[in-house]
Amino acid sequence: MSDTAERAADVTGPPPGGRAAGGNGFLRAVRHGLGAFLRQREATVLVVVVALFLYFTIDSPNFLTHPNMANLLSGIAAPYIILAIGEVMLLICGEIDLSVGFVLTMSPFVMYFLVTYDGVPAILAIIISLIFGLVVGVVNGFLVVTLGLPSFIATLGTSFVLYGLVLTTSHGEPVNVPASLQHIGKFFGNETTSGWGWSAFIWAVALVAIFQVVLTQTRWGLHTVAVGGNQLGAREAGISVARIKYGNFMITGMLGALVGLQVAFYDNTIDPAAGGYTYMFYAVAAAVLGGTAMLGGAGTIIGGFLGALLLAIFTDGFAIIGVSANPLFIVFGAGVLVAMIANVQLGRLREAGRT
Amino acid sequence: MTTAPDGEAASASADGDILRIEHVSKHYGAVVALIDINIHLQRGEVLGLIGDNGAGKSTLLKILCGFQPPTSGHIFLEGEEVTLKSVDHARSLGIDAVYQDLALVNQLSVYHNMFLNRERVRWPLLNQRAMRKEAKTRLDEMGIQIPSVTAEVAKLSGGQRQAVAVARSVYSNPKILLLDEPLAAMGVKEGAIILDLVKELKRRGVSIIIIAHNYAQVLEVCDRINLIQGGKITLDKLSSETSADQLTEMVVAEYRRALEERQRAAS
Repeated sequence: MSDTAERAADVTGPPPGGRAAGGNGFLRAVRHGLGAFLRQREATVLVVVVALFLYFTIDSPNFLTHPNMANLLSGIAAPYIILAIGEVMLLICGEIDLSVGFVLTMSPFVMYFLVTYDGVPAILAIIISLIFGLVVGVVNGFLVVTLGLPSFIATLGTSFVLYGLVLTTSHGEPVNVPASLQHIGKFFGNETTSGWGWSAFIWAVALVAIFQVVLTQTRWGLHTVAVGGNQLGAREAGISVARIKYGNFMITGMLGALVGLQVAFYDNTIDPAAGGYTYMFYAVAAAVLGGTAMLGGAGTIIGGFLGALLLAIFTDGFAIIGVSANPLFIVFGAGVLVAMIANVQLGRLREAGRT
Repeated sequence: MTTAPDGEAASASADGDILRIEHVSKHYGAVVALIDINIHLQRGEVLGLIGDNGAGKSTLLKILCGFQPPTSGHIFLEGEEVTLKSVDHARSLGIDAVYQDLALVNQLSVYHNMFLNRERVRWPLLNQRAMRKEAKTRLDEMGIQIPSVTAEVAKLSGGQRQAVAVARSVYSNPKILLLDEPLAAMGVKEGAIILDLVKELKRRGVSIIIIAHNYAQVLEVCDRINLIQGGKITLDKLSSETSADQLTEMVVAEYRRALEERQRAAS
């Protein structure tokens, strides 16, 4: 407990921004605001995102064009963003879901089979496939919360089961989105006829806004942080840890199913090779890049959004300027490591009250 | 079950008891943590529950705050027998606890911690401003000094954290407050803040059980002392009728017995 004494000394120091005293009120306010901004973990990622965006814009005339932006934001970024929302919620409450990428793979097949073989109406088929994602979340929650498995192992297990189910039911072959679903598909990001290209990204931004509010302005979000920050303490305060964890697994599963439908509609094909671990790991990487701690208790949805955007800009930008995709992963890996190191080290600095 | 609590109760009038526990035992598998415990707490009284590590103090606290049920025995709240089903349930009956580990979330602000699981809500959103204001008022009222209610709890000192935890439990206007080692890991000066807080709560009519390991400080605020040794109550006296010396003697005697037993077992 010797470090508590140090903390006590810290808080008696000048308040944040206090050192900017002097100069007129406006300047002080600007400096204070800037200081507060830079202390946010997301700020670093935002700076990198903007810098990269400018770099690719200047470097290639094909970057800042309607088709490329639509592809970057709706085709590449949107799925990562939406999956990252779920992973951020789970990571904050101290869990992880490795299976969400295969929920993504499976959910459009659920819709396809219902429509094609059972003649279920389109809307109902979509609702049922979203519920399918919810059910996978319940199963993950059951394994982790009720049976007490580590979430890494539990969701690894459900991953394989889901992948096996996809391969078995689809015989490993892609199928086209049935014509009866084309109309409603527009709502979920089917762009084959319109060429407009923004709907998947709008979904992503709307969900980011909603979950940022959920995380910071509702009891659910507060309790999610509490469970991840101090599980025993949360339980002693009367919070149902099981409810929070089940709920966040369900949210993640349902978002995974939604992304599955969107990817299928966007590509206009339902592919057993879509999604999988790649998407899941991109989502986790986005969360980590955005400052979410793997040990729980800290993280933001906006951070996950920026992290996903960063990955998407890299992917798209490298392709546009004609650099092979192969070294891309070296950059991603380095990025994740740097973000993680910064997280840990900044955390230490913050603890020492020096930021 | 209407028998009065037995033992050498110093000043027992059954009507004045806000809390009575009778013949409470707790087993964890083969391990016996509490054996046939009888305790009573009078209205507005501060009771010190004192004992060595592992004597069963924290087990008893966890039973009283609804965190875990006793293996057997009865709990009476204001004369009525109750079964405490959960922490929430106990809280709704007016029993609140400040745990040894404080149950604070480091990553959350002071005011979020103070309102944890009883947040002010303007559905569906949290009423942050109301919580901030109320937290500040309450802390000021209790004379607790904190840099800011929006500060992360991780940045507070041990005494400040304890004060926040106590202030938090006072929020629900408990009739009975259980404090588990409120002075642990605290300097004399910071300890004094907490002891003043206890006196203030007593003045407000809250009945308090303080669980403590170091009894010298606690004697100052407690009206009565119960000593718990090896899962049993071995002493029940008014603070004025006992002393730190007597308690020390009893604890040392227990050590000696344990030591002799061990030596006998070894030889």
